[in-house]
Amino acid sequence: MNMILPTASISATPNGTTRPQVRIVIVGHVDHGKSTLVGRLLHETGSLPDGKLEMLKAVSARRGMPFEWSFLLDALQTERDQGITIDTTQIRFRTRSRDVVLIDAPGHAEFLRNMITGASQADGAVLIIDALEGVRSQTRRHGYLLHLLGVKQVAVVVNKMDRVDFSAARFSEISAEISAHLVGLGVTPTAVVPISARDGDGVAEHTPRIEWYKGPTVVEALDALEPAKPLAELPLRLPVQAIYKFDDRRIVAGRVESGSLKAGDEIVIMPTGKIAKIKTVESWPVTPVGGPQGAGRSVGITLDRELFLERGDIIGHSGQSPRDTRRIRARIFWLHDKPLTKGEQILIRLGTKESRATVVAIEKAIDPGALSNEENSAIARNHVGEIDISLAQPVATDPYTDNPRTGRLVIEVNGRIAGGGLVLSVDAGRPAVPIDIVPVESALRPDERSARYHHNGAVIWLTGLPGSGKSTLARALERRLFSNGGSPILLDGDTFRAGLNSDLGFSPQDRTENIRRLAEVATHLARNGHIAIVAAVSPSAADRAAARRIADSAFREVYVATPAEVCETRDPKGHYAKARSGALQGFTGIGNDYQPPAGNELTIDTSNRSVSDATDEIERMLATTGILFDELTDLAANI
Amino acid sequence: MHLLDNESVAAGTRSAALAQASSVPGIPVAQPPSMDHLDELEAQSIYILREAFARLKKLALLWSLGKDSNVMIWLARKAFFGRVPFPALHVDTGKKFPEMYAFRDRFGKEWDLDLRVEPCPPIDAVDPTLPPAARSAARKTEGLKWALNKYGFDGLIAGIRRDEEATRAKERVFSPRGLEGEWDVRDQPPEFWDHFNASPPQGAHLRIHPILHWTEADIWAYTKREGIPIIPLYLAKDGKRYRSLGDQDITNPVASTASNIDEILAELDATKIPERAGRALDHETEDAFERLRVAGYL
Repeated sequence: MNMILPTASISATPNGTTRPQVRIVIVGHVDHGKSTLVGRLLHETGSLPDGKLEMLKAVSARRGMPFEWSFLLDALQTERDQGITIDTTQIRFRTRSRDVVLIDAPGHAEFLRNMITGASQADGAVLIIDALEGVRSQTRRHGYLLHLLGVKQVAVVVNKMDRVDFSAARFSEISAEISAHLVGLGVTPTAVVPISARDGDGVAEHTPRIEWYKGPTVVEALDALEPAKPLAELPLRLPVQAIYKFDDRRIVAGRVESGSLKAGDEIVIMPTGKIAKIKTVESWPVTPVGGPQGAGRSVGITLDRELFLERGDIIGHSGQSPRDTRRIRARIFWLHDKPLTKGEQILIRLGTKESRATVVAIEKAIDPGALSNEENSAIARNHVGEIDISLAQPVATDPYTDNPRTGRLVIEVNGRIAGGGLVLSVDAGRPAVPIDIVPVESALRPDERSARYHHNGAVIWLTGLPGSGKSTLARALERRLFSNGGSPILLDGDTFRAGLNSDLGFSPQDRTENIRRLAEVATHLARNGHIAIVAAVSPSAADRAAARRIADSAFREVYVATPAEVCETRDPKGHYAKARSGALQGFTGIGNDYQPPAGNELTIDTSNRSVSDATDEIERMLATTGILFDELTDLAANI
Repeated sequence: MHLLDNESVAAGTRSAALAQASSVPGIPVAQPPSMDHLDELEAQSIYILREAFARLKKLALLWSLGKDSNVMIWLARKAFFGRVPFPALHVDTGKKFPEMYAFRDRFGKEWDLDLRVEPCPPIDAVDPTLPPAARSAARKTEGLKWALNKYGFDGLIAGIRRDEEATRAKERVFSPRGLEGEWDVRDQPPEFWDHFNASPPQGAHLRIHPILHWTEADIWAYTKREGIPIIPLYLAKDGKRYRSLGDQDITNPVASTASNIDEILAELDATKIPERAGRALDHETEDAFERLRVAGYL
């Protein structure tokens, strides 16, 4: 029997050793000594390039200032001028048992986005605190963000012990305060180390000045931090990055975020719930490859059947697939200048999926740097909070407690990442198992309804500029049909936008979706014998054509062709005035973005006739086109 | 001319090893092979390249012919199953070593690249306040702008690494550039969890850095493992070799006896001399390199 041997784990690391590499971020309040500690660590571990120290000492002398260890990192001109780290810097050195990539993150609140950029890449963190100043706002905030970023290993360093005469009492005080804060966030510090980064105490060795301290030095504490492990034990998650058809293969490409896959596996594609089998695992230069592909691998697979899937879908194994949902609760941090408020339209990225979304609720919005937990209604810059979001499309995801890779999201505003956080829970919109849709037919036959209402079902679509009189006409028609014993139902565009369509904005895609939903609901009513009266600007001819396709023969388009000047003088909702003053963007009416219909059933200009006159005309049209009838004989003719 | 080409040999060895790893019915399935350091680097770079290809409209890969961009092309071939699906752009100062041009002409064809060679403007067209070597290098920035205008690329894939140089250490994987190609180091967007800012404003472009997280030693170890061809100037001749290849007049060899990749790796393990020590432009004034980068240099 052939044994199966791993092929990849035997090669040595580039430096010819088998030492693990750990990525460690150094965080903490501004001026508490992060860059100084990094400079000192490089020196103590013999990692400085030849001549670098001398060069920087010479530069310092030339500038007439005392040498600082932090100069080593603050390599940018702008930083040396201001004395603070603007962006993260990465630097490498070796300890006895580790290759360390140190990420130096800025402590200044203004640069929190850079701290997050750095810390998100880390396996572990060093949180540095000035012994004199103690725990400060950025100390608390960084602690909180480490928790949100999923960095679980945190070593605390109490720096500048020389400034407090190496007082064991002061050290215990700070140690107790920060430990309590971190434990409250679910993070237990791996060590709390008293040091003087400037003088070297506690960095690589114990010195007499801290003889009362028996724990690890900074270097020893770094040695104890473990590299993050790939999520091999969790169920398979393969977010689809792209479908490639460069040749006759149709390759689904992505990175295995957790679990593993191999040819022959039965898979489910979420959120659609489609089922397939993996035919091959493709590669280059050798293809196909056998054996399982584990978490962390970028792979390409082919499937045993042609089915539609797209970027953003997540592939899992049958019975262990992610949830599909349109509603997510998340704990997030916010980096944008403008606070995040309820009702705001945002773009969500979950894995490779992007979806527009609306913030439907905000809770626990706090400043993680403040001592009090005063809650706000909006999430301000550099603050955190919990939000409920409603997504425009179904997405596949997991709560982060189930899967830390697929259970996190970022929020984009105007094409720039503005925040991010963890998926706390999902409301499953539909069952997470594949289903066949079996529509249930009504118990009533269409002719039973028609006999009662004296009409057939219909979608009456009133289109026209804002202020053209659509709503007025719709309401008059509704009253008229109801008085005659019919069953009219008014579907007003604005009413829908307040409820069913509250996740939609006014981009062309959103307008299209808005119209599609209106048409679907109206058609459902029409099929059940009602007359759905839709009053919606619906400026796009293509969108109205789509609505007509949905409603098919039940569709009656009425163009309310009141001249634009008349509409603007009426301005029943005050929109024209707002748009003219620039307070309302994307308003249809004062631009030329309304596309008048062609081939509509009726055109009505309300500027030169009464409402009842216009209603009569619509009624006549409905009668001549087979919707309304007076006699049962007419009914029979129409069945 | 001598070119190192152990590609076919290495590929053959790997294919034999991989071919064994097929599953046997009835036998418990093997655990997936664990990933070593190079596997992790490779997987991450492939992820970045695929994200760039998915999210940008018009990409090009900057091929400087050096060891780093050769690794990048190799990774792109892995990401896209053999063929690089966007142009390889060589912004040519006209002052490269003859060995580099020979390498370009040969492997541009062998790797089936959509090669675009674009010239740089004469030295007179470049900021006269820069020191001489930096001024010479800045021609490349101008050449790049010309190429950007000519083709309208919205994404340029570049093989810079954080460990090369301090300002590069601060780069994002997806790095937005201004309308003139400039880099605003003070206002870089947040980037985390492999979510990238991939929406350049109209007329501007993004730099994409798929090997930002690699080191010089990683590049060599991977080049060896994968059997990627290299320009022989990297290997020692008469006690000297090039660690980094640029224009002939502003690049100097370093003292070395490393005549193969293993010896290069051993040498790197022991040295504390920075990789770009042979690049004159890095050492002229403290801020020369930063000024170049802010203006759009790689």
